[in-house]
Amino acid sequence: MTTPNPETNGPVAAPQERVWDGPAPQSPVSPVFDELTRQRTKEIVAQYPQSRSALLPLLHLVQSVEGHVSQDGIRYCAEALELTTAEVAAVATFYTMYKRTPCGEHLVSVCTNTLCAVLGGDDIYARLKAKLGIGHEETAGEPGSPGSITLEHAECLAACDLAPVVQVNYEFFDNQTVSSAEELVDALQRGEKPHPTRGAALTDFRSVELELAGVFTDLPTTVEGASSAVETMRGARLATDRGWSAPSMPDTPPAFPTLPEKK
Amino acid sequence: MTDMLTPVLTRRWQSPRSWSIDTYEQLEGYQALRTALTAHPDQLIQLVKDSGLRGRGGAGFPTGMKWGFIPQGPDGPGAKPKYLVINADEGEPGTCKDIPTMMADPHSLIEGCIITSFAIRANFCAIYIRGEALHPIRRVRHAVDEAYAKGYLGKDILGSGFDLDIVVHAGAGAYICGEETALLDSLEGRRGQPRLKPPFPATSGLYASPTVVNNVETIASVPAIVQGGSEWFRSMGTEKSPGPKIYSVSGHVERPGQYEAPLGITLRQLLELAGGMKGGIPLKFWTPGGSSTPLFTAEHLDVPLDFEGAAAAGSMLGTTAVQVFNETVSVPWAVMKWTEFYKHESCGKCTPCREGTYWLVQILERMVAGEGTPSDVETMLDICDNILGRSFCALGDGATSPITSAIKYFRQEFLDLCAAQPVAAPEPAGAMA
Repeated sequence: MTTPNPETNGPVAAPQERVWDGPAPQSPVSPVFDELTRQRTKEIVAQYPQSRSALLPLLHLVQSVEGHVSQDGIRYCAEALELTTAEVAAVATFYTMYKRTPCGEHLVSVCTNTLCAVLGGDDIYARLKAKLGIGHEETAGEPGSPGSITLEHAECLAACDLAPVVQVNYEFFDNQTVSSAEELVDALQRGEKPHPTRGAALTDFRSVELELAGVFTDLPTTVEGASSAVETMRGARLATDRGWSAPSMPDTPPAFPTLPEKK
Repeated sequence: MTDMLTPVLTRRWQSPRSWSIDTYEQLEGYQALRTALTAHPDQLIQLVKDSGLRGRGGAGFPTGMKWGFIPQGPDGPGAKPKYLVINADEGEPGTCKDIPTMMADPHSLIEGCIITSFAIRANFCAIYIRGEALHPIRRVRHAVDEAYAKGYLGKDILGSGFDLDIVVHAGAGAYICGEETALLDSLEGRRGQPRLKPPFPATSGLYASPTVVNNVETIASVPAIVQGGSEWFRSMGTEKSPGPKIYSVSGHVERPGQYEAPLGITLRQLLELAGGMKGGIPLKFWTPGGSSTPLFTAEHLDVPLDFEGAAAAGSMLGTTAVQVFNETVSVPWAVMKWTEFYKHESCGKCTPCREGTYWLVQILERMVAGEGTPSDVETMLDICDNILGRSFCALGDGATSPITSAIKYFRQEFLDLCAAQPVAAPEPAGAMA
């Protein structure tokens, strides 16, 4: 192939004509995506008016199977939605929650945005890094094996009244300190599953990825769990204590406004 | 004069299992829907216009007007399918109101979605919840399942002939998807990058069809407006910013939490409710509505926190995420942390934001490390000037807010960092002064 000579700007040969010879021979995606996964894929896609909208859920789905988004996973999504692997990879690499390397049994996310950081989030993250001997998005232990932990620093996790917060598999552990976070990680490494401050009983990274894909195998149970922290309800409680309320509504809803005449 | 706190959105939160449909129905839940279905859809749009409800996601755009932009009618653009998309991608630093709302009272959101969809004639609604908000996703999904089982969703809702399906969609960790057009791209299965406006989502939104994108708190307010009427809603707040609003107070206060008050409350009042500054250490700076709203200081304790009041004092109401910092916190350090956030979350689509946030982080990290120069302050202002108004979306504008406001109020603190730098090595002989 001739390349243009930048020194002389000399003549450039026309690119060789390329003929597309159809799709690559059928290469069945790794059997890791079993019949159940394929069935779930169909159900997810059927929820949307256009199939491509199912791409984010499907990436969560393949992550629930493999613990990360592999090349196989990308190919699986591409085939399911009739996209190119480049289109899927472009999406998978854009979003923080799609992990490109295998994750631990648990994903520990420490909020280090300004407010959490100033209340101790930076110290928590520094201590956990040192304790586990790893950095951002690295894993202590054999990925996927019991007690293995992937650590990350996270941006604002929208629980600022409960700062500093840590999430394990996206379940909230509120009002953490360096020592409580250390104890949490110790327990995870021992194979225990401490209960989150708010949320359902702790499972593992892959299980929650299945839920993020929109597949809930036991929603009536997992929907339970601690709901609101004391902080969440402070305003409502204070209003009760002081006898404050919104102005009372009329007994029956007022009549709807009359519509202007159509022009 | 209304009470200091006016729980409307938060009025069910203390009830046991407040998230279940049984509790919700006992507390008058789904009554507003029954009422709404007796109205003409245009009457609902007019009602919300009359109420003065403004978007609670940060921009404060009049909600009824937004709904009114959706083309209707049997021909032309009105003939396309219409969509309602709920922005539940809560991630603006400091903002933490939608997640507790979805956790504690998901049915108010679902009921609001049904009424809104009926008003704009949408038969498909997507609730886009940030992926890290796992338990709220469960709660909302469960609420949707319960609503289907009761006939509030699906075909021929309560015999009205109106059909609606709701899908709960988990995001995947990208702050930019809180921008409405980026959210739509993400919901279409693409990288979450903002679109050029116009066309606006009202005419060309999801799948290039007319779409309303509203925040959780906005839509959760709708059932109460239907039940109470526009006059009742306007009995709280101010003329141009009516209604109650959840103020999320966090940081160096004794009792951080969610306080629902009429729009226009001040920080002085909020601090009183929240037990004052933690340990009595004085206030240094605060954000009225997340990190993208310019900082305020102790001078601004009496600024009314409504859309007009915050703007008149040089900031924005944003999401009423009131982050409070005391005198122990270094302003340049805080600004550096926020700027690192914007750099990480910049989607990379447009140059001013992508490059600007990158270089701002370099400068701020250098300054905080004690290696800055006084000219760095001017350089940062110059970079901010090249980002503000020149970026594709509001992320770039927001990234400049903490920096320009911090320099405005705390310039000396940046300069002091320069003075603190290690003494420079002696200049080589012959160097120009």
